[in-house]
Amino acid sequence: MYSFDVERPTSVADAATALGKEDAQALGGGQTLIPTLKQRLASPSVLVSLSGIDEIKGVSSDGGKITIGGGTNHATVAAEAGAYAALADLANNIGDPAVRNRGTIGGSLANNDPSACYPAAALASGATITTNNRDIAADDYFQGMFTTALEEGEIVTSVSFPVPEAASYQKFEQPASRFSLVGVFVAKYADSVRVAVTGASEEGVFRWSEAEAALSGNFSADALEGLSVSGDGMISDLHGSGDYRAHLVKVMTKRAVAAAS
Amino acid sequence: MPKDHGIGASPKRREDVRFLTGTGNYTDDINVYGQAYVYFLRSDMAHGNIKNIDTSAAEAMSGVVKIFTGADFEGVGGIPCGWEITDKNGDAMQEPAHPVLAIGKVRHVGDPIAAVVADSLEEARNAAEAIDVDIEELPAVVDMKAALEDGATKVHDDLTSNLCYDWQFGTETADVDAAFAGAAHVTTLELTNNRLVANPMEPRVAVGDYNRAGDHSTLHTTSQNPHVIRLLMGAFVLGIPEHKLTVVAPDVGGGFGTKIFHYAEEAFVTFAAKACNRAVKWTSSRSEAFMSDAHGRDHVSKIELALDADNNFVGLRTDTYANMGAYLSTFASSVPTWLHGTLMAGNYKTPAVQVNVKAVFTTTVPVDAYRGAGRPEATYQLERLIDKAARELSVDPMALRRQNFITSFPYATPVAVEYDTGDYNATMDKMEELMDFPGFAARRAASEAKGMLRGRGVNCFIEACGIAPSNLVGQLGARAGLYDAATVRVNATGSISVMVGAHSHGQGHETVFPQVVAEMLGIDEGMIDIVHGDTSKIPFGMGTYGSRSLAVCGSAMVRATEKIINKAKKIAAHLLEASEGDIELKDGQFSVAGTDKSVAWGDVTLAAYVPHNYPLEDIEPGLEETAFYDPANFTYPAGAYACEVEVDPETGKVTIEKFVSADDFGNVVNPMIVEGQVHGGIAQGIGQALLENCAYDENGQLLSASYMDYAMPRADDLPHMANYVVDHSCQTPCTHNPLGVKGCGEAGAIGSPPTVVNAVLDALNSGNHDVEHIDMPVSPSRVWEAMNG
Repeated sequence: MYSFDVERPTSVADAATALGKEDAQALGGGQTLIPTLKQRLASPSVLVSLSGIDEIKGVSSDGGKITIGGGTNHATVAAEAGAYAALADLANNIGDPAVRNRGTIGGSLANNDPSACYPAAALASGATITTNNRDIAADDYFQGMFTTALEEGEIVTSVSFPVPEAASYQKFEQPASRFSLVGVFVAKYADSVRVAVTGASEEGVFRWSEAEAALSGNFSADALEGLSVSGDGMISDLHGSGDYRAHLVKVMTKRAVAAAS
Repeated sequence: MPKDHGIGASPKRREDVRFLTGTGNYTDDINVYGQAYVYFLRSDMAHGNIKNIDTSAAEAMSGVVKIFTGADFEGVGGIPCGWEITDKNGDAMQEPAHPVLAIGKVRHVGDPIAAVVADSLEEARNAAEAIDVDIEELPAVVDMKAALEDGATKVHDDLTSNLCYDWQFGTETADVDAAFAGAAHVTTLELTNNRLVANPMEPRVAVGDYNRAGDHSTLHTTSQNPHVIRLLMGAFVLGIPEHKLTVVAPDVGGGFGTKIFHYAEEAFVTFAAKACNRAVKWTSSRSEAFMSDAHGRDHVSKIELALDADNNFVGLRTDTYANMGAYLSTFASSVPTWLHGTLMAGNYKTPAVQVNVKAVFTTTVPVDAYRGAGRPEATYQLERLIDKAARELSVDPMALRRQNFITSFPYATPVAVEYDTGDYNATMDKMEELMDFPGFAARRAASEAKGMLRGRGVNCFIEACGIAPSNLVGQLGARAGLYDAATVRVNATGSISVMVGAHSHGQGHETVFPQVVAEMLGIDEGMIDIVHGDTSKIPFGMGTYGSRSLAVCGSAMVRATEKIINKAKKIAAHLLEASEGDIELKDGQFSVAGTDKSVAWGDVTLAAYVPHNYPLEDIEPGLEETAFYDPANFTYPAGAYACEVEVDPETGKVTIEKFVSADDFGNVVNPMIVEGQVHGGIAQGIGQALLENCAYDENGQLLSASYMDYAMPRADDLPHMANYVVDHSCQTPCTHNPLGVKGCGEAGAIGSPPTVVNAVLDALNSGNHDVEHIDMPVSPSRVWEAMNG
């Protein structure tokens, strides 16, 4: 890596100030950024570590909502988000123990890797992403591969998930990285069903609206029978064609519906 | 009751104490006072003409000691190839120059263009980024068949083409053609043996040091064979005589073949240490390893089997394209030929076998031996083909194999080797017993009830190990002997240091070799230590690869120990005032036959070094003996493997439910270590079969350049240990080495890939499915495409 300065603020306000410096970069758990730095593919002048900010850590549950601090690591979510079992389960299957004890939900959502798990949960749950400046609805937040509504220097302070009646996340792993080759999060609410797909599209996480419509009338895997997803616009690489990914979207959606609890 | 010591016992691996407690001494742990660091600027282009390299800005940067380019190595030899192949016309293979740093052209992504030596790695890397390199890009040469077409872009302009050699071996063409002409059935199969990256846990490291006062160079390196490196680098590259060059390979964290070879980085740090008068260290990053460690496999083959009306194999012919990559790595040329063609008869008495191999240069990383080296490629072709023939003929694949087994030994194959011993029906019987074949139908029904497909695959294999008889390999083009050597140094108090040419990089020699000596002498294993890995300490042995350590170096150790026993008996006879012929050695005591007179091991060894009462007129003091051992033949481990898989037809994911191996390794010294070797080998073979795929795009860019895209097998890709059964109870001891051992290091990696793929194809031909072919790795997407293609 290139040399850089490190700042370790203990409050969101101090972090925001530090991020105002030229070429400053926020550092969450570092599970993407640190390897990128080691490859010399990024050269920030200042790294602003968010890991010392207690006010953005922790899981709380209240009135049908579960709110997770942006600096909360995956292991903590897995252990403490039992009120939203599908979400806790998702967190418990990200990477390996080392990743889960470093990586954070805020870091994952800010990075918006097209194969990451959390974006599927946030989008399928209609979550609200709260930053140091504002609240952003998940539907407005994800804007394509590695692209979000976040402004320069904006910090994800918390994510609030309405807890559904039933939900499940089904991930089919890419054999090497074990990121999702295709991951589908299905969440059933009183008035609607939301289906979010990660790993598959060149545009990043997306909602499969046909499936949502079908499932809203009949929340069973059978409701998906007649539907199909096009391979156009799907990622095609060493691990599978766009058509294969499109096929898996349906398979994983059916499995998620069947497993939803 | 299992033995608790000596041959046949399973003492825990003594080396694991340091490996598991972080106290090993790996090459990267070696830091020489004042050392500098080198960073290699590597090509990010597959193929191009180097127009200009401007290092002036970089040289002015902080910490830079010296920057080297190919021009600095004019007058220095290139990296040599250790085996000359003669093609089917009697001509020598085309052998391109392999410079330490690129001269004129870059020929693969990762080819080193320049090397920056600096006070720190960061400074070296910073300066490397400031080197201005002007390269005119040339078309990449990736596809082997296209590379051989007229007018194809040449990887080496001074060669006549991209063909290294066109080799033919075995039965004469007319006789093979006659066998096929008279056949009742011919089965044909085209397949790919996927390119692999070895991925030892420890990446390569090299530290060069130079002592000006003694004009002595030392190379610390991650090698499986330090004497081979000293020989190749000293004699062929840098022109340093043996007494002025020491090569040390300390603890090495896995090799799998890719640490056999002499690499440019080793020559560089040795050269640069003298040029800079300062030790120079290189530690490969994992990313560098992907583009600079020699890769494995990468064969494309067409294979045909002729059967008569009774399903007897009557003829076999193969046509293989073998990828050499951009340059010839140390043993690259021997892998698709002598390590592959000679095994093509397999376990079968096919009377006519012909092997054709075209070795091809491409703009990719050099390809060389990887666990099994040629023998997995041979086994994979043959055993996939037999399964296909069985399906076409609607016969039981095991019965078809048994019917054609070689059953009497010694057996001379049509491909130039003579199997000394074996019992292929015995390993097949054992495998069937352990696999519970009668229960398969019920297990398949249970899988189908939950929407899964279930398949079972078998495989029989033979390998040629204990590499190798020097006179034979010399005739075949090897540029070195392949004996090994051991020195048994008995100390005054009776403790023993055994200096061995074999090198342990995970195999457990430090535990196993003392078991043998302890058994022969009747003393405690704790009195014996192994010394390996340092050319200044060990005799000239050739290292560890080809499942050779115990069969070849162990035999040398046995011979040296026999010399020790002979001399010790002379000393004991003197001490006991008896005739030498009456002296017996048992449980560490020398006794006079038929009497109660005896003298202990330690008394004899002390007398050897304090020769006050000693037959000085007849024998020298001291007790130290060396033996070199050159094997009379290869050894021929063989086995029968089976596995059951479940395939998820919706996703294509394959799960291995059970894996059984029944191996014949001859005698076994440490069963626990043998089982570990087989478990590991099978895991690597499962990796090749299901996961690992080193892929280039059409521009010669490495697509699988990190663990994000190169899938290594992990624990949960393997069956639970209760269903991961390794058996070595079928033992036909090797007839020509003193221990009767055959070697076990490569078997798992040879036997498992066809077993797995045969099982997958069995699943994909169950019910209403009929998938004829699939290539490795059998990834979920490939299975899905095969089913829906």
